[in-house]
Amino acid sequence: MCDQTFLAATFGPCDNCSKASPLMNIYLKNEPINYCSFCVEMMACQGLQKGETLTSLKKESETLKKKLEEERGKLTDVELHQVAEKVEAVAALSIKTRRVLKGHGNKVLCMDWCKDKRRLVSSSQDGKVIVWDGFTLNKEHGVTLPCTWVMACAYAPSGCAVACGGLDNKCSVVPLSLDRTENLAAKKKSVAMHTNYVSGCSFTNSDMQLLTSSGDGTCALWDVESGQLLQSFHGHTADVLSLDLAPSETGNTFVSGGCDMKANVWDMRSGQNIQSFESHESDINCVKYYPSGDAFASASDDATCRFYDLRADREVAVYQKDSIIFGASSVDFSLSGRLLFAGYNDYTINVWDVLKGNRVSVLFGHENRISRLRVSPDGTALCSASWDNTLRIWA
Amino acid sequence: MSSASNLVAMKKVVRQLRFEASVNRVKVSQAAVDLQQFCLQNALQDPLLTGVSSSTNPFRPKRVCIFL
Repeated sequence: MCDQTFLAATFGPCDNCSKASPLMNIYLKNEPINYCSFCVEMMACQGLQKGETLTSLKKESETLKKKLEEERGKLTDVELHQVAEKVEAVAALSIKTRRVLKGHGNKVLCMDWCKDKRRLVSSSQDGKVIVWDGFTLNKEHGVTLPCTWVMACAYAPSGCAVACGGLDNKCSVVPLSLDRTENLAAKKKSVAMHTNYVSGCSFTNSDMQLLTSSGDGTCALWDVESGQLLQSFHGHTADVLSLDLAPSETGNTFVSGGCDMKANVWDMRSGQNIQSFESHESDINCVKYYPSGDAFASASDDATCRFYDLRADREVAVYQKDSIIFGASSVDFSLSGRLLFAGYNDYTINVWDVLKGNRVSVLFGHENRISRLRVSPDGTALCSASWDNTLRIWA
Repeated sequence: MSSASNLVAMKKVVRQLRFEASVNRVKVSQAAVDLQQFCLQNALQDPLLTGVSSSTNPFRPKRVCIFL
C-alpha cells in the first residue's frame, strides 16, 4: 500500500515556481498538481484560516469524531432484532448442493452470475476464466490470462462480455463470441490500470463503464471503450478488498470495504465519500448492498458479519457466534433480504436471519475455504466458489 | 516537507468529517421498520426462503415416477 497513487516524489520543474526540484504530486479537488515542497508549504499555509495550525486541526478532527459518535448514538432508540421480535421465524430451509462445477485446476477465487440466471463466470489462481452453463454444467468459454491469481471477475449486464483482473494490476474486458473456435484471449482488452492488484470489479448499469477496487487503496471508474479513467475514489488508508454497486437503476452510489476496517459509501459522479462506517475489528473482505438499497452487509476476518443501515448511518446488527472463529470471506442476501448467506474460512456457509440476528442453517460441502458466494439474479439458487477448485450451486 | 503534507492530509480529514457530521439521519426504529417491511413484502417472491417445488426450480432434480 506504500505506493498509493498520490504523494509520490518525482523530480522536475515545479508547476508554480518553475524551478527544477523534487516534486510532491498531490491532488487538489481531484486535479493532480506537481509543486516543489516549498510551494506546497506556502500554499498550505495560505489555505489555512486565521489561527489554524496542525494541532488545532487535530483537535477539531477529534471533537468532530466524538460529535459524530454522539449523533449516531442519539438515534439508537431500539435494536433491529427487538423490532423484529414479532416477525415469524424463518421456516427450516431445505437447501442442498444441486450442482458441483469441476474443471478449474486450482483455487477458484471469484464468480459472478449472468443476468440470464443460468450462466456464470468464474476465475481461479491458475489464470483461467471459465464461463459455465449452470443448468447443464457445460463449459461454454474458457480464457487463459497471462497472470495468476485472477481475484476479480464480473459478467457484463448484456451477457456479451466478462471482465477479469488480479495480480497483473489490470482489469481486462473479454468479449464473448458464439464462435467456439475463436481465440478469446486475443480479443481481450485492458481497461483499468492500477498500481497494485485488482481485488474487485463490477460493470455499472451498462457494458460501457467498469468500476474496480484495488490493493493500492483506491477505487476507480473506467470507460470500457477508451480505457479512460472517469473518476477515482480516494479515502481508504489500506487495500480495498471489495465493492458493490447500489441496486437501483438510477443509483449512482457504491460501497467499498478494505483492510483499514472501514466501509465507505461513495457518490460515483463526484467521487465524494458520503458515509463511512468503522466498527469491524479486522479487514473487511466483502460488502454487499441489501436489495432495497438502504442498507448493506459486510464480512470480515474478525469472524463477524455486520449490517449497516445507510439512513440511520450506523451498524444495526452483528451476526456472530462464539463457535465461529474463522473469518468470513463473502456475503450475499437472498432476494427478499431476509436471509444472509455468509461463506467462511472454516469451509462452511452460514445462513443468518437478517432481522432476528440468529443463524438459521449451516451448509456443508466444500473442502476448503469459500472465496465468494452469489445468489442468482432471480433468487432461485446460490453459487459458492471455493479453494477446493470447485463451485457448488445450492437450491 | 512532511509538515506541509500532514497539514494537507489533516485538512482533508477535517473537511470530510465536517461533511459527514452534516448528513441527515433517521432513527434506527424507523429504519428497522422499513427494512422489516421490505423483507415481509418480498418474502413470497424469495425462492430460497420459501422453497420452490421441483417443477419450477430448474436446479432441483425432477422426481421421476417409477412403475412398480
